[in-house]
Amino acid sequence: MAAVSGLVRRPLQQVTVRDAINQGMDEELERDEKVFLLGEEVAQYDGAYKVSRGLWKKYGDKRIIDTPISEMGFAGIAVGAAMAGLRPICEFMTFNFSMQAIDQVINSAAKTYYMSGGLQPVPIVFRGPNGASAGVAAQHSQCFASWYGHCPGLKVVSPWSSEDAKGLIKSAVRDNNPVVMLENELMYGVPFEFPAEAQSKDFLIPIGKAKIERQGTHITVVSHSRPVGHCMEAATVLSKEGIECEVINMRTIRPMDIETIEASVMKTNHLITVEGGWPQFGVGAEICARIMEGISEKLVLEYSQAVINIVYLNTYWIRRLKPAFSPRSCVQFPGCSRCSCHWC
Amino acid sequence: MRKMLAAVSRVLSGAAQKPASRVLVASRNFANDATFEIKKCDLHRLEEGPPVTTVLTREDGLKYYRMMQTVRRMELKADQLYKQKIIRGFCHLCDGQEACCVGLEAGINPTDHLITAYRAHGFTFTRGLSVREILAELTGRKGGCAKGKGGSMHMYAKNFYGGNGIVGAQVPLGAGIALACKYNGKDEVCLTLYGDGAANQGQIFEAYNMAALWKLPCIFICENNRYGMGTSVERAAASTDYYKRGDFIPGLRVDGMDILCVREATRFAAAYCRSGKGPILMELQTYRYHGHSMSDPGVSYRTREEIQEVRSKSDPIMLLKDRMVNNNLASVEELKEIDVEVRKEIEDAAQFATADPEPPLEELGYHIYSSDPPFEVRGANQWIKFKSVS
Repeated sequence: MAAVSGLVRRPLQQVTVRDAINQGMDEELERDEKVFLLGEEVAQYDGAYKVSRGLWKKYGDKRIIDTPISEMGFAGIAVGAAMAGLRPICEFMTFNFSMQAIDQVINSAAKTYYMSGGLQPVPIVFRGPNGASAGVAAQHSQCFASWYGHCPGLKVVSPWSSEDAKGLIKSAVRDNNPVVMLENELMYGVPFEFPAEAQSKDFLIPIGKAKIERQGTHITVVSHSRPVGHCMEAATVLSKEGIECEVINMRTIRPMDIETIEASVMKTNHLITVEGGWPQFGVGAEICARIMEGISEKLVLEYSQAVINIVYLNTYWIRRLKPAFSPRSCVQFPGCSRCSCHWC
Repeated sequence: MRKMLAAVSRVLSGAAQKPASRVLVASRNFANDATFEIKKCDLHRLEEGPPVTTVLTREDGLKYYRMMQTVRRMELKADQLYKQKIIRGFCHLCDGQEACCVGLEAGINPTDHLITAYRAHGFTFTRGLSVREILAELTGRKGGCAKGKGGSMHMYAKNFYGGNGIVGAQVPLGAGIALACKYNGKDEVCLTLYGDGAANQGQIFEAYNMAALWKLPCIFICENNRYGMGTSVERAAASTDYYKRGDFIPGLRVDGMDILCVREATRFAAAYCRSGKGPILMELQTYRYHGHSMSDPGVSYRTREEIQEVRSKSDPIMLLKDRMVNNNLASVEELKEIDVEVRKEIEDAAQFATADPEPPLEELGYHIYSSDPPFEVRGANQWIKFKSVS
């Protein structure tokens, strides 16, 4: 009997990333009445990508606010509200539009706690889709992980799975610091298995901690957001050839969990970074710099094997060219080095 | 005039019945208050404006005089310390504009909120910080209100949100604070200040739009001192009627050199906002004696004659002093005594600001994040580490 019941497993709940973020925001709105959401089309339209579906019906005009198309203005209003003690979630329809408001994010939000000598915290969340989508052209495809990741005073998170999305949005709302959450539009509709603990209203994922999605011994593959999925697929393909990848999902860009990456590289001696941003001054460049700084103290690397940075090129390419150069195919040829930088 | 004499005689007969110990300054009896006529404000989209007469009590008059004189002397001391290179970096002085900061404070409650740009020392004082803390912050010492890490443009106090370095960015912030006031339902208002230069920033118009749409209790205040750095208003703005620039937002243009005018206009504007009608705009016409900052002598884009004329005809402290003395609210000696006390306070504060130590290097990495456990921060190279405590 015991053997049979052990074999019969309850099916794990399948939740899309969109619903996970929705759940996370709903729970935080319910938990603390100082939390509110503002942005373009977040209320009556149910969210440009339907991420805030149902929230306006439940919470009304006071807590879910449709703004005019005024990024600099409403981001500043959100930061001011946070300074006065509320806990806003400020949505950018995409992070490309956050460039209009970037002064408020960096100069008004990120730097204030430091400049006030610890007197004025700014408990705000900026969230929205980041990086490439499907054929939306260069102006709508930029990845802001390295731009925001550059700035002290900010925390920057980048979820991949539904569990990541829910846990991170909840942690972000509860954090007393400005947090930028970089989602991905193409991930919104992707379902993931939701573990039991993720269904709790107090499920949090700590900001600043990476997750090892797949254990391996031969190569460390580090990524964030949607590319993590590609790395997992590539790892499955490589595994058939006897190459075991250790796939690390960064989850947080800043503060970066370099310890997890270092420990993995010490084990495997090989590192590949995969991201959706441009190669120069990017997330992968920062990881390489930190690994190099760590070498003298801790790591023994085989110097013949350079670190490989793999970067998506979709911002400049029309769709049909993309598959030929996708990281999937690159990873299958570990002998190549620097596969993308010529184009940028 | 007749009303005023009647009031004075009424009060004097009352004073005669008071015990001798309550008679101030030798055998002199002062009036308790006096009524003054003030300039009518130009109005935009308003049927009525602030009253054209106001009552100033002796107590208030002395308070305003002391506050304005403190701000004036504090700014002049900052000028001196800057020239001695004890204050470095940015230093934007507001001498000439004292009626604005003191008058605004007189028209609101301590529970109301205020945010301004970088010419902020006067507001920092009127919002409750001491001259000591302000000067020590200017000199970058650990006794400064931001522990020496903010400097001239980043001073914060309760219900005072700085001190903001980016021109115009404070205006949406102020609208956000007003949103929080409305959200919390506490009848508080937010005074959101900006200058004539900043008035042309796009984000201000975005803030106007949202404040009006959502009826935020925000008083937008343009401190028009005629020059944005070195560019006069005629050379910067197609419309220099700053009180009308809010378009759908009602506005008033106020004589910013007369503290009573500023106070009445502020009371009027605050009452408007508190009644739930939405935002309102005030333009304070004022003047700064110093250049834009300490690195600007202030005479390449305006004449010395102009500065001198304002100083001799419209100085806010002189105007208040004349009013008080001529209406028996105070004596010249009494005000001189206040001057002496203020000078001493400023001297002591300057001593402290010069002698206090700078924040220790170990604290360089402090206050990066709020409410977090301590962590390590990379220094100039990978072997230098700083500890960061919240």
